[in-house]
Amino acid sequence: MSETRRITLIVNGEHREAETPVRQHLADFLRGTLGLTGTHVGCEHGVCGACTVLVDGHAVRACLMLAVQAAGHEVTTVEGLSLADGTLHPLQQAFCDHHGLQCGFCTPGMLTTLVEFLAEHPAPSEEEVRLAISGNICRCTGYDSIVAAALAAARALRGDAA
Amino acid sequence: MKPAGFAYHDPQTVAEAVALLGRLENARLLAGGQSLMPMLAMRVAFPDHLIDLNRVEGLDGITVEQGVLRIGAMTRQRSIERSAAIREACPLMTEALTHVGHLQTRNRGTIGGSLCHLDPSAELVTVAAALDATIEVAGPEGQRDVAIADFPLGFMTPALAPEEMVVAIRIPLWPREHGYSFMEFARRHGDYAIVSAAALLVLDSAGRIARASVTLGGVGAAPLRVTTAETALVGEAPTPALFRAAAACCEGIEAMEDPQAPAWYRQRLAAVLTRRALERAWARATGEAA
Amino acid sequence: MNAGRLVGRDVARVEDAALIRGRGRFVDDIAPAGLVHVAFLRSPHAHARILRIDVAVARALPGVHAVLLLDDLRPHLTDTRLVVALPSPSYRLDLHRPVLAETEVVHVGEALAVVIAESRYLAEDALALIEVEYEPLPAVADCDNALAPDAPPAHSWASSNLAAEMTVAYGDVEAVFAATPHRFAETLHIHRGGSHSMECRGVVALHDVVEDRLTVWSSTQTPHTAKRLICDLLGMDETRLRVVTPDLGGGFGPKLIFYPEEVVVALAARLLGRPVKWIEDRQEHFVSTTQERDQTWRVELATDAEGHILGVRGDLVHDHGAWTARGVNVPQGAVAAMPLAYVVPAFRMTIRAAVTNKVPVTPVRGAGQPQGVFAMERLLDRAARELGLDRAEIRRRNLVSAEHMPYATPLKTRGGIPVTLDSGDYPRCQQMALDEIGWAGFAERQRVALAEGRYIGIGVANYVEGTGRGPFEHVSVRVEPSGRIMVATGAAAMGQSTRTMLAQIVAEQLGANMANVEVITGDTAAAPIGIGGSNSRQAVLAGSSAHVAALKVREKVLAIAGEMLEVAMGDLEIEDKVVRVKGAPGHSVTLASIARAAAGQPGFVIPGGRGPGLAASEEVVIDAMAYANGTAAAEVEVDIETGAVTITRLVFSHDCGRALHPRIVDGQLMGGIAHGIGNALYEHMRFDDQAQPISTTLADYLLVTATEMPPVRILHMHSPTPLNPLGIKGVGEAGVIPIPAAIAAAVEDALSPFDAHVCRVPLSPVDVIAMIDPVPEGSA
Repeated sequence: MSETRRITLIVNGEHREAETPVRQHLADFLRGTLGLTGTHVGCEHGVCGACTVLVDGHAVRACLMLAVQAAGHEVTTVEGLSLADGTLHPLQQAFCDHHGLQCGFCTPGMLTTLVEFLAEHPAPSEEEVRLAISGNICRCTGYDSIVAAALAAARALRGDAA
Repeated sequence: MKPAGFAYHDPQTVAEAVALLGRLENARLLAGGQSLMPMLAMRVAFPDHLIDLNRVEGLDGITVEQGVLRIGAMTRQRSIERSAAIREACPLMTEALTHVGHLQTRNRGTIGGSLCHLDPSAELVTVAAALDATIEVAGPEGQRDVAIADFPLGFMTPALAPEEMVVAIRIPLWPREHGYSFMEFARRHGDYAIVSAAALLVLDSAGRIARASVTLGGVGAAPLRVTTAETALVGEAPTPALFRAAAACCEGIEAMEDPQAPAWYRQRLAAVLTRRALERAWARATGEAA
Repeated sequence: MNAGRLVGRDVARVEDAALIRGRGRFVDDIAPAGLVHVAFLRSPHAHARILRIDVAVARALPGVHAVLLLDDLRPHLTDTRLVVALPSPSYRLDLHRPVLAETEVVHVGEALAVVIAESRYLAEDALALIEVEYEPLPAVADCDNALAPDAPPAHSWASSNLAAEMTVAYGDVEAVFAATPHRFAETLHIHRGGSHSMECRGVVALHDVVEDRLTVWSSTQTPHTAKRLICDLLGMDETRLRVVTPDLGGGFGPKLIFYPEEVVVALAARLLGRPVKWIEDRQEHFVSTTQERDQTWRVELATDAEGHILGVRGDLVHDHGAWTARGVNVPQGAVAAMPLAYVVPAFRMTIRAAVTNKVPVTPVRGAGQPQGVFAMERLLDRAARELGLDRAEIRRRNLVSAEHMPYATPLKTRGGIPVTLDSGDYPRCQQMALDEIGWAGFAERQRVALAEGRYIGIGVANYVEGTGRGPFEHVSVRVEPSGRIMVATGAAAMGQSTRTMLAQIVAEQLGANMANVEVITGDTAAAPIGIGGSNSRQAVLAGSSAHVAALKVREKVLAIAGEMLEVAMGDLEIEDKVVRVKGAPGHSVTLASIARAAAGQPGFVIPGGRGPGLAASEEVVIDAMAYANGTAAAEVEVDIETGAVTITRLVFSHDCGRALHPRIVDGQLMGGIAHGIGNALYEHMRFDDQAQPISTTLADYLLVTATEMPPVRILHMHSPTPLNPLGIKGVGEAGVIPIPAAIAAAVEDALSPFDAHVCRVPLSPVDVIAMIDPVPEGSA
């Protein structure tokens, strides 16, 4: 059984059209079909958060959504966070500045999760940041540097001096 | 961990979805997918047909009318969590949602999905039981109501015929000045609770307990209304000793056991969380706690 | 030691530019045209005889290219077993695991067939169509029971389940114990789980049929070992195989092992003539990637009346798993770590490694050392309690002091190299942690809390860690004609900033512009030899080689530049991509022109008098390990009604010698600390009594998330080791080592009103409640 469907969607601001098996999850579609390998697959059962992408601006686990379900929607992956000229999103810059990544495998999921969170919580507390990323597992950093990066990014996005 | 093959259907209306359910063998509904997708990936669920409800119109929405809260089955947990109307009218549900999964899963997960998945520890099912909710079910013959008490048939088995689907949940609201609390004990934030307790209290003008609801999640296949505790509370003046006595009713309950926690531990947690939830609900009923 | 221009400073990481944009290249990101996908059929039984395998239906599935059993692979293999064990005289059984199981499966997850198909989805469809008839055999689920005389054999052919045994001993232990009344015995059950790097394992193999060359990208910490084994097993000429470690999404130990999947995928690419990919999924990771697991320590401490240690003795039973995938290094490392921080005059520990029907055990971050430290620290807490001493004071009396350094212990490493503690001030390090956490005033805080009905406790634990295991790591440094500096090493990066570390060290000597340095790690085509990542070794070994190689290249650069500029070498400095005369920056020559001069012209003399080329290749040999140390102090609050343990503060003071990059050091420690908290309270790889794994999802196996992390304060000491030119000690594993011991001690202290006794980790809330208020036998 390998039923497929042709779907159209917006990915990182670009109109994309592709054939996908209906059973293929969104993370495999982004990585395999579209070649956007920045979205990582860590558990495929919805716990680790590495595959988090934004669908219509909301952070979702791309392993828990079928690619066909994204048809007609707008998807943003880590590749779509920086500006066209390569300038990093303030959150990406803060991760670099605060050693918020080591191996970098969980990073795309952390970033996409925090993009939505910071849009809704421009001045979060440390505890709120921790709650926001509690569905994203990192085995390298012990999280403190990620939390520091998120708080710094929030300041930068608000226009406060660091 | 890739799903086995299935045929995919994405109906636009409830009638189409119900018709598909009636026509297709071994079909499953896909709501938010936060539980079903892992089951497909692990190949512990093998539907031949997947009927995606995400494009069905009219299944989401929150209304409060005439003392009843109605939530469409495909309403995302995130929308419920952020609903000012629910925070105002049914704060127990808002509080429970802070324990449900994580930001990403609440963005997709739906209340209908939680009800039908019927995990013994699911917070929303416990809340529904605590609030005497009614489940609206659509089928080939039209719509029917199922009381939450009759909804779980057994372990993770809702009282739905193969061609039926949940379209909404209705919750009769408690008086505005009620006290409430949802407490749970989970290993990590966002994990399924080992045990959860929901408590609601209404005080009469004399300060006595006029109405009480005590519900436990995670102890059995379905949420357990601890009616003995409720009976012990109603008509009494709230005191720590009363809550201890009410909580003691939980020590004798039959509790399930799994690799995480033996039955005796669940019994103890049930009593502790019930007492703490009652104390918090009381503090809220008297305005002493936010 | 002072910071240099780059070394010792928090410079930007070279890894970040790609990773932060999602442009890393992890093994699953490699997708050559024509790629086909692999799935392995894995045993659902812990122990069973394979009676029949029928792959006909699976082979016939459209989209399936091949379904292979060991019999199909055998004609192409020089051996059907992976002979990978480290040398040791302790082995009692040869447990070399097969490429694929053929007649018997000995753990859940052991692979017995491989499917190659157009997609992973189809490959998994085919797995479901393979029919296997098993005859279940009794399974060995527990290492203690495994050694009982009536235990069933974990391998049907074996006469016992004793994989290995050895004794580590010095001094007259029996006399010491006979002579003192102060003896303290403990039986400890110490569990550690898997590594759970966020990236599982994976292999991609590409066979170039034109040149008959094979490239294998593997998520391995040891590409050179993988190359040797694949060459051996496939009978290949070394020139035809390249093994590359791409970006790794974490390693933490198990990726240093060579796995059956690596040779199977390599062979499949040759057999099919198509690029082949296998990506381990998380469920496979739980049952096929090696892990650490159970140890039972029966140990005894002898002291005098003042708490001075006289001796330690006991035995350790270690869950070895079903095969020898690395050796006995985990229990050996555990026992070696046990006495290391303290003056222990007499010592005898017997190790027995027990075969179980579980996935093999090999090092996970810390590699046994957390267990050894746990055993020692629990004994010291016990002795302090019974002798009426403060728990920090008994440690202070026994810690190896700064005046002892270098302190030659009677111990030897697994390679027979004497264990000599090279540097450090352990008592001061402990005192720093105690001062920071407020140890002295804690008793009063505890009394006040108890009066409020709150149960708080404090604990402390020390560790000394052997880091930088030798003998060497290869590094070459070359200035190319473009002026770019190329660095290649046998070290393999798994996320610890290895490329940054090497770029820092090399650029320090060659212009201080890290952007002009390209570092290639983990590529057998770029480095002729190498050992790879393990034992907190790469900064020490590769860092030292890089430093020496960079100095040699620098010397040559300056010699040539001096001749070109007609000035003395000592008057020159290297800045970015030019060499210039100090004080006369306009008087300069570029690195590019120096490299071109060094490359030579037919018939002309090479300037500088140091031969052709602008390169140096180094393998600095350092056999002795550099011993890092530290102290963890933890404060906890226990909810005595639910058993919840909240770590309210955690202080970690440590000494890893000179810090090459302070922020990276902190990052390594924090990651280790989080892992240690997991080992103390959360991570439990559970099996049932038939050795069926029952925690095989990340919802059941609990990794610490951001909400479980306590406030952590890290304090640094810097005692440079004399063993390497940079004065550095490894730090990749340090964080994890003392954490379970410190937390266990704090929980025990919090529960002192109940006389609770912590003798196991991890401690679940159920365990905590059971310590406070034991449930009667037979209670439901």
